[in-house]
Amino acid sequence: MKKIARSELNALFAAISAQKQLYIPADTKAGQAQFTLWQDGIVLTDKLNTVRSAKDLFFPQVEQIVNFKVTGKTMEIIENRDVSEPFVVFGVRACDCRSFDILDTVFLADPVDTFYQTRRENGLVITMACSRPEETCFCGAFGIDAANPAGDITCWMDENALYWRANTQKGEELTATLSILVDCDNTAVASMQEKTREILKKLPLNDLDLSNFDSKKLLEYFNADVWTELSESCLGCGTCTFVCPTCQCYDVQDFDNGREVRRFRCWDSCMYSDFTMMAHGTNRPTQKERFRQRFMHKLVYYPSNNGGVFGCVGCGRCLQKCPIHMNIVKVAKKLKEAVK
Amino acid sequence: MRQDPLIPMLGEVTMIRTDTPDVKTFRVIGVDGKKPFVHIPGQCAMLSIPGVGEALFSITSSPTEEDYVDFSIKKCGCVTQWLHAMEVGQQVTIRGPYGNGFPVDTELAGKDLLFIAGGIGLAPLHSVINYCRHYRDRYGKIDIVYGSRSKDDLVDYPEILEEWCKEDGINVHLTIDNPQEGWDGHVGFVPNYVKELAFDTSKTVLMCGPPIMIKFTLAGLQELGFDKSQVYTTFELKMKCALGKCGRCNIGDKYVCKDGPVFRLDEMDELPDEY
Amino acid sequence: MQKRIKEKALELLNTGVVDRVLGWKIGEFFYDLTPAVFETAEEVEENFVYSGFSGANLSKYLIAQSRAGGKVAVFLKPCDSYSFQQLLKEHRILRENVYVVGISCDGMLDIEKIRAAGCDGVIAVKENVDSLEVETLYDKKTLNRNDCLLERCLVCKSKKVVVFDEMIGENGEEQETARFEMVAKLEAMSPEDRFEFWRGELSRCIRCNACRNVCPACSCEKCVFDNDKSGLRNKAAADDFEENLFHLIRAFHVAGRCTDCGECSRVCPQNIPLHLLNRKYIKDINELYGEYQAGADMETKSPLTNFTFEDCEPSIIHERGGV
Repeated sequence: MKKIARSELNALFAAISAQKQLYIPADTKAGQAQFTLWQDGIVLTDKLNTVRSAKDLFFPQVEQIVNFKVTGKTMEIIENRDVSEPFVVFGVRACDCRSFDILDTVFLADPVDTFYQTRRENGLVITMACSRPEETCFCGAFGIDAANPAGDITCWMDENALYWRANTQKGEELTATLSILVDCDNTAVASMQEKTREILKKLPLNDLDLSNFDSKKLLEYFNADVWTELSESCLGCGTCTFVCPTCQCYDVQDFDNGREVRRFRCWDSCMYSDFTMMAHGTNRPTQKERFRQRFMHKLVYYPSNNGGVFGCVGCGRCLQKCPIHMNIVKVAKKLKEAVK
Repeated sequence: MRQDPLIPMLGEVTMIRTDTPDVKTFRVIGVDGKKPFVHIPGQCAMLSIPGVGEALFSITSSPTEEDYVDFSIKKCGCVTQWLHAMEVGQQVTIRGPYGNGFPVDTELAGKDLLFIAGGIGLAPLHSVINYCRHYRDRYGKIDIVYGSRSKDDLVDYPEILEEWCKEDGINVHLTIDNPQEGWDGHVGFVPNYVKELAFDTSKTVLMCGPPIMIKFTLAGLQELGFDKSQVYTTFELKMKCALGKCGRCNIGDKYVCKDGPVFRLDEMDELPDEY
Repeated sequence: MQKRIKEKALELLNTGVVDRVLGWKIGEFFYDLTPAVFETAEEVEENFVYSGFSGANLSKYLIAQSRAGGKVAVFLKPCDSYSFQQLLKEHRILRENVYVVGISCDGMLDIEKIRAAGCDGVIAVKENVDSLEVETLYDKKTLNRNDCLLERCLVCKSKKVVVFDEMIGENGEEQETARFEMVAKLEAMSPEDRFEFWRGELSRCIRCNACRNVCPACSCEKCVFDNDKSGLRNKAAADDFEENLFHLIRAFHVAGRCTDCGECSRVCPQNIPLHLLNRKYIKDINELYGEYQAGADMETKSPLTNFTFEDCEPSIIHERGGV
């Protein structure tokens, strides 16, 4: 275990930034936290979490895939992928850190998505344990310990100092270059963890029990009547999807600028009406089917393919950001009542 | 730099055959003059025209064709309209093959096969039929029921007449929806024709066509005593990546692009009715 | 108010005046109310909530609800009623299938502002006339209610419900507000500074379409941005230009029809002050064509769809120095 005085944080960031690009959560002018490329003057936020999740650094909203130059009947393929430099992301919360495991099962499954893979290899994740969780947090429902997050390096912070523990070889290597960190014991961290875990117990959604979700009842969940009621006021926007750390659906589109065709991928949402639209129609004609798809995927389909692991990490972003305040907690509770 | 599965290779269209008023067959080879990839019957590939879009198509030719892959494509959306308008020598991009394909070397081996196709639904079955013809001794009797709106809408009619119909051990049963001058064959819808033909229930069925045909034909087959576990079909859903990642073709816990497009009908019973 | 509204909902259902009631439904917390359709008295008893967090404007749901068979009752706050009337004017709502209960309003609360005031982990709130007693996981705080109002309520343009079948509470009047203050400030900036301001805001856009989908003026069956054949189909901004253009085009499309209901800014997950774009057009319309408030009545023609010889020429932009 190592530590550094909070007054020295800027020096720590400078030392990391001298080696690799460093992203830290900092406040935007709208007063919300967002992972921001650190430079002198960028200050660590005091908000619990960023509005956009840490997935953005590994799976950006828009990403170049390839360019084409078309001349008459012939064409040329021009590789133009965005270069991914080694980078460090600091201040990732336990929930977002777990989301990488979920994204990995999708993007690193054969055939490997090399865009994501390259960013994962280039990225070093420094997590930050939570000390003041919000009422919307429910990572505990997924067995995540907000007081002891994973990542290459785990940090804790109290009024005086930042505590630092390397977990992986990648983490050790970075730690070895940071002489600014001094050795310490884990007394302060242990007491912080104890305090945090006390608060976690008091969270209103701490008792969210998903243990009865069983993918063997897939069709029962799918056919449950509650979907009509749950989805009735859904606006069909993509807010829940885009702030979600585990949503990873994408679209591939071409942009013809007259000189070349750029093929890029961008985030997509199963909540959108055109998501499954084909020339002869769509298999999800109303918002009910689209809404159902999103929650079935996270609560039933994904677990069915991944040993019971849910496609949700309990970060609470959809609870805070859905324009109509519909979210996975409300869905899970209602669905649990409907299918015994 | 790593090669990403989303990045296609270049192909060239070396032959375009007009099959019906709205179906053309395109022959594609790599720009190196070779076949772009080796596939299993029933698999698909992504073709694209940069700037127009990319779309997934069944591979129509048999894997036993060593020099090329064929795609029989019906004109219905942006990409297909563009394909239909192009000329021989046009380069396109191609990536694949994708999907599971039909279990030609396992579950289908040694079986009497009954192919049932409607309209452009012949495209994926065409690949299997010619594969089975190539390895004729690996399969039992072959029956083919193929129907379309009219005689002019039968895809690859000359090959059916000249080759399939003349081969021993293959029974071809053609039907069109309405009577037509110059047609002395069967008239009527595929589901009814299948019932009339009263096939032996020992056969394994491979079926592809519009959803309405699948639905009624299946009912007819069940009336004849077939079990769902004897029937295979292929799905068609919106796809973008064909790699099991973009999320579009997700039905229940399956991704049609990866776990399909071929499903046995008893497996489909376990999936949500959303296709 | 909650009690009177709930009683009204029950009465309308029980007497058969309507088949359904559109209102707000209780959530997991005190603030996360969801717009909902209530079909039985039991549902109303159990789940209907009207509070400072009933900000969601229900008018847009009536496009579908007024066509869903039977009659539906809706509760409209003054600003919601402008949206409703504008939709009526555009023939988007079948008026005969809707029973409108107007409700007076003291301003709606913004949970984000409560959080920003240092109340993280909010678990309960008591609404007083001028103050909020907030209980959090960590402590208790008393906040000034005015400091926690939605932006649109701080500059409320009208306390008047402009269309209703019945009123709960006293109907109010239109009022003078400072709602164009920020627009005037932006107009006074140099073009470079103004561009900088908007880039700073719009660069945060994640194209979730919440602004568009919640907007009562955005009621196209198929938006140009979703339509393959429009030539404008655009799911994600490929560059800064597209990022800006989405919002500018949207603001243009609703110009003259936007009632300034403020829903776009309320729902934006990135807190982009989108209402400022709409207000700029409203301010321009007022200055160039005379005062006009969309949704205020059924008769007045929108200046942008009503040509007169007195209309200004396109050169007005140049004459005004590019503002």
